[in-house]
Amino acid sequence: MKLRKVTAASATVLALALSATACGSDSGKDTGSGDGGDKKITVGIKYDQPGLGLKTPDGFTGFDVDVAKYVAKELGYAEGDIEFKETKSADRETALARGDVDFITATYSITDERKQKVDFAGPYLLAHQDLLIRADDNVTKGEDLNGKKLCSVVGSTSAQNVKKDFAPKAQLQEVGTYSECLNGLQSGAVDALTTDDSILAGYAAQEQYKGKFKLAGLKLSNENYGIGVKKGDKEMVDKINAALEKMVKDKAWNKAVTDNFGPANYKNEPAPEIGNIVK
Amino acid sequence: MTSVLYDAPGPRAKRRNIVYTAVFLVLLALGIWWVLSVMADHGQLEWSLWKPFTQSAAWTTYLLPGLANTLKAAALAMVIALPLGAIFGIARLSDHRSVRVPAGVVVEFFRAIPVLLLMLFANELYSRYTNISSDLRPLYAVVTGLVLYNASVLAEVVRAGILSLPKGQSEAAKAIGLRKGQTMTSILLPQSVTAMLPALVSQLVVIVKDTALGGAVLAFAELLNARSTLSAFYANVIPSFVVVALIYIVLNLILTTFASWLERRLRRAKKSSGAVLTAPGGAEEPVAEPGVGKNDDGRAV
Amino acid sequence: MFDFLEGYDLLGAFWVTVQLTVLSGIGSLVLGTVLAAMRVSPVPLMRSFGTVYVNVVRNIPLTVIIVFSSLGLADVFGMTLGAADDFEAKYFRLAVFGLSAYTAAFVCEAVRSGINTVPVGQAEAARAIGLSFTQVLSNVVLPQAFRSVVGPLTNVLIALTKNTTVAAAIGVAEAALLMKEMIENEAQLVLISAIFAFGFVVLTLPTGLILGWVGKRVAVKR
Repeated sequence: MKLRKVTAASATVLALALSATACGSDSGKDTGSGDGGDKKITVGIKYDQPGLGLKTPDGFTGFDVDVAKYVAKELGYAEGDIEFKETKSADRETALARGDVDFITATYSITDERKQKVDFAGPYLLAHQDLLIRADDNVTKGEDLNGKKLCSVVGSTSAQNVKKDFAPKAQLQEVGTYSECLNGLQSGAVDALTTDDSILAGYAAQEQYKGKFKLAGLKLSNENYGIGVKKGDKEMVDKINAALEKMVKDKAWNKAVTDNFGPANYKNEPAPEIGNIVK
Repeated sequence: MTSVLYDAPGPRAKRRNIVYTAVFLVLLALGIWWVLSVMADHGQLEWSLWKPFTQSAAWTTYLLPGLANTLKAAALAMVIALPLGAIFGIARLSDHRSVRVPAGVVVEFFRAIPVLLLMLFANELYSRYTNISSDLRPLYAVVTGLVLYNASVLAEVVRAGILSLPKGQSEAAKAIGLRKGQTMTSILLPQSVTAMLPALVSQLVVIVKDTALGGAVLAFAELLNARSTLSAFYANVIPSFVVVALIYIVLNLILTTFASWLERRLRRAKKSSGAVLTAPGGAEEPVAEPGVGKNDDGRAV
Repeated sequence: MFDFLEGYDLLGAFWVTVQLTVLSGIGSLVLGTVLAAMRVSPVPLMRSFGTVYVNVVRNIPLTVIIVFSSLGLADVFGMTLGAADDFEAKYFRLAVFGLSAYTAAFVCEAVRSGINTVPVGQAEAARAIGLSFTQVLSNVVLPQAFRSVVGPLTNVLIALTKNTTVAAAIGVAEAALLMKEMIENEAQLVLISAIFAFGFVVLTLPTGLILGWVGKRVAVKR
């Protein structure tokens, strides 16, 4: 009898554990069935880039998030109907192709290679590849990086570009997300973090790191941020372009820039013209 | 047992032990002081870095959803792996060579492969050939990897559980005219399940620990991955690692304590049939044969 | 058929896996034996230290320990293990450090279980002829314990071989990282995976067989 009780007890425990975890599983429901029938819209953003897309206890903040909200509003969705999903750099094309997200605002640079897989609306921001270095350090040109230690994320092209074009002797640490480079930069384990200046400015301005880092100001490349849309969805591209134009016109774009980049003291380029991709 | 290694301390030994204790205490204190001072030097003791963990926002936004995913993946893996493992475990005991050998090959193959390889394979497989959405794919991949590996480990647990029963059980079943299937389902399995329970619970510890691989390599949003998002916002690497490690320790200690409690209880309750399989408490390669690799009961905590 | 292998250093990656295994194996054997000695020592404080170490470390995922070695120890505290300017060496050493610290907990438990298999009479006889604790342990008990512990230690070593793949999480160029790169860039998913799986079978199977045979040879017949 005793044995049976133990078995029953452990079965109950297991069942409880299962039902407890099952409760948590509903949130990840798939709503990416396009923008037609249902009332929700799913937007892909980054979760860990202060100033652009950051998950905070009070919700999502950042320039990409503000742009996404504005565009969604113009498409006819209330703010409560937007569902944000994390789209890591490597996942962006597949997420669009499968319809997991309706559009992506996640520091998504328009490139010819990506254009073969997805369509872009915009651009809505022009950024440049740059370096984040310690405040007391000095890098004036890409070649200065020879023999130095670079940090970037797995699958990012910016670090490879630096190695290829300027500093073949630089060493490269690859981590999961840019924020993981910051402590190494602070302690001297790495000498520079390289990606778009818009992203770097956000880190430099983060409260915990204030005054410790600066941007080198090198403009190593042009990055035209576009809004990624499923390949072939011309109608969506047009609608988003119209929304972006309106956003610039009614100064909401300027406000988003001041709100998000102001604290970082990021000198952004003026609002790009739709379809004008700066090579 | 340990006390047989040395005599009951006399006055001199007692004095010596006190000296050793004092020396070790000093070393330990020095070590702790050194760690703390290094942390202080790098500003890691500042309250602002630790404060988020005293507020609910950090938990509800980052840690608890991460923990929920960890538990979900672990529970799913266990629930799917258990029946699979039982099938393979029983298949390895089959009288037919044509069943026994392939089952053995499959089990030994998946036990020899790192679980990370299985996860990577599953992730790429789903990414190429299925329509699983990209935010669910890591969960599927992690669970698949864990199931393949743990089913083969559990197969061995089940086999050992059945083998641990006294021969008399199956002989008696034969004597009253039960067929082989009946013997298995109504005599051997029910008895071995209770013998296996502690080993199953402690296998959960291994599974929980392995979910972290999915977080680090496949971007599965479990606890370790949630730490990274959290630390992007609060910029507190060391404190977040300490807290996350503590969560794992508490969770796994609960599981191991539960397992050894089960084991003790079952040992006491059990007089008639075979041994209770030991709960190796997070060991990577648990239970190979009944009675081998048993931990003694010196487990503290 | 195998031209997709071109440009990938398959053997090099597995060689790194082997190096990780051997170095961490030695490191964890030393650390684990010290811990086991602590856990059976007459000094209560050492005993509790050993117990706490084992129970803390084996309940933390290895991935957490390895990632912490990189992001915490190296990046925040600047611990570079003598390879500040050579990333490859630095992350390799950090991985060995993490693997050793983790595996030591399991080695400790295996050795301790081995100590417990030595008959009480052995230790009693040793004490009767006046040996001290250190002498009892190093001359009488541990030599016998290690002989009976080859089996459990083999399991730990096999687990360690597989666990070296976790070093991929901090970018050590071992087998799992190469497999990740290859299946992302090449079409032959199943074939590539099978090759890597086979590689690990080749590494772990002989280990098990050879050490199993050694274990039987050296086991103390009782």
